[in-house]
Amino acid sequence: MATRRQPTRTEIRRQKMQAAIVYPLDWLEERSGLVGATKYFLFRNVPADSNWMQTLGSATLTAFIVQAVTGVILAMYYKPTPGEAYSSIQNITDHVTLGWLVRGMHRWGASVFIILLFLHMGRVFLFGAYKYPRELNWIVGVVLLLLGMLEGFTGYLLPWDQTAYWATVVGINLNGTAPFLGPWLAGFLRGGQEIGADTLTRFYSLHMLLLPGAIFGLIGLHLYLVIRLGVTSPPWSKEAAGEERDDEQRQVRVGLTQPAPSRRGGS
Amino acid sequence: MTDEPDPHDELHQPPPTLWPIGFAIGVAVLLVGLIVNPLWISTIGGAIALVFGVLWARGATAELRGRPLEVEPERRGPAVPAEHGEPGRRFPRSKFLEGATLGLGGVIGGIVTVPIAGFALLPPFIGQKKHEVDLGPVTDFAEGQWYVATFTVDPAEGEVSRRTAFIRNNGALAAGGSSVPSFTIISNRCAHLGCPVQANGPSGQILGMKNIVQHTANGKVTLVPVVPAGFGCPCHGGQYDTEGNRTAGPPVRALDRYDYLIKDGNVVLASEYSVSHVDATGAQAKIHKYKLVGPGEHVDGIEQVLYPINPPHH
Repeated sequence: MATRRQPTRTEIRRQKMQAAIVYPLDWLEERSGLVGATKYFLFRNVPADSNWMQTLGSATLTAFIVQAVTGVILAMYYKPTPGEAYSSIQNITDHVTLGWLVRGMHRWGASVFIILLFLHMGRVFLFGAYKYPRELNWIVGVVLLLLGMLEGFTGYLLPWDQTAYWATVVGINLNGTAPFLGPWLAGFLRGGQEIGADTLTRFYSLHMLLLPGAIFGLIGLHLYLVIRLGVTSPPWSKEAAGEERDDEQRQVRVGLTQPAPSRRGGS
Repeated sequence: MTDEPDPHDELHQPPPTLWPIGFAIGVAVLLVGLIVNPLWISTIGGAIALVFGVLWARGATAELRGRPLEVEPERRGPAVPAEHGEPGRRFPRSKFLEGATLGLGGVIGGIVTVPIAGFALLPPFIGQKKHEVDLGPVTDFAEGQWYVATFTVDPAEGEVSRRTAFIRNNGALAAGGSSVPSFTIISNRCAHLGCPVQANGPSGQILGMKNIVQHTANGKVTLVPVVPAGFGCPCHGGQYDTEGNRTAGPPVRALDRYDYLIKDGNVVLASEYSVSHVDATGAQAKIHKYKLVGPGEHVDGIEQVLYPINPPHH
């Protein structure tokens, strides 16, 4: 074979650039395995005939992240006391820069989140994606749906206007009519016998700490199960379910997962 | 690969056992006790269920815990007698440390969790304050006239404790030689789901009567004269007559009422109570009185068994 020619200056510069990008990633990978884990998560195999409908789960996750981020910002201005709650909402809407936008995103995003939850659930049902071995993921998803609805219920009270107040009165009393434990559940939600300052603060705490924390945790479990079990083919798929395809075209990615970058350039 | 199947691949059916029956009896006693005597019978039931539950769990997991129910001698080699001789083998140090870690961790977790869970769950049910509401002098209430009274139950809590009641002075009631004023005082909390019930009829200026504003120990008290044909709820259409009896719509009982006292010539609201229905009207009304319960809960009929123990109210 011919002797190796000297690399041009452009090639050397490109190699240096690549090394500058790859080196920190390799450093991270060697110490944590995070780069490989991310690649494993992002570049996993899915059925060739998977469908746009199967993006509804990611859409729901995105809607939830929007809710979390806008909620954190709103919490910087909101005051959960009976005397100040409504006026702080007015302040956010009318005076804080772009407050109307963030509040609007949170308020409408809540509906988007719930609607996407149901669409995602409908897709899973119609594709039969809840069947073996994915039953547990369906159960986790149903718990997530309930927690999402509870987020809606607890968040609705926070503007502390007439609609919010009376809707919560009715909602809590509706829980109170459940047999046996209903009256106790209503008492717990109210924080006493009557709706008052304690109700507002406890709804605020549930809405921004307990429920989102539980939702984040369960989303983690939900995604873990998706990655472990893989994505279902659509019902019209001609491929046999549960069969590993031949992966001749699959690129085996090296470089990032190798411990140290080669300093010589080329290979 | 050998032809002999791996013993770990065999189905391990739990052996037949009678412990679940005792467990079920314990649970049944516990549930009956919740209605009959929560303190003693429930405790006994819980203890029975716990003991049999533990025995059941021990029986079901005996094999897993390394104590086979049936020892199959042919599977065991000649090493069997030696195993019994060494105490360190049967209860090794690692097993002790594992148990100690789990046990201590459980104790620490319990010590931390129990008070926090108590703080999270108990305050709504313990130490709730009783309130009396001063509505001003008896002489403000014209005989036979309905008023919509608006008052603050706890001035310290402010506007959020503002409540409304419908009040009618039924006139003096002769009782044992002296005459006592009789009032009908109906809460405006709908017996369906707790929305504010409105008086169906003209009120205030239309009647050519003045609103009365008092400043009592409970802050500002407003009395608006009203001539109701009944009471109606704006949320889901529940309708009541002027004694608070349900006439239409979804409510499950009559409107709640307030007990009252006359203190230094003032009308003072005491605790609330629930009412199934009222016979007759005004001073002659026969009120079928029950402990205060939440909206939507039945106080009589077969449905009341759905609410055997209610959280404490007032």
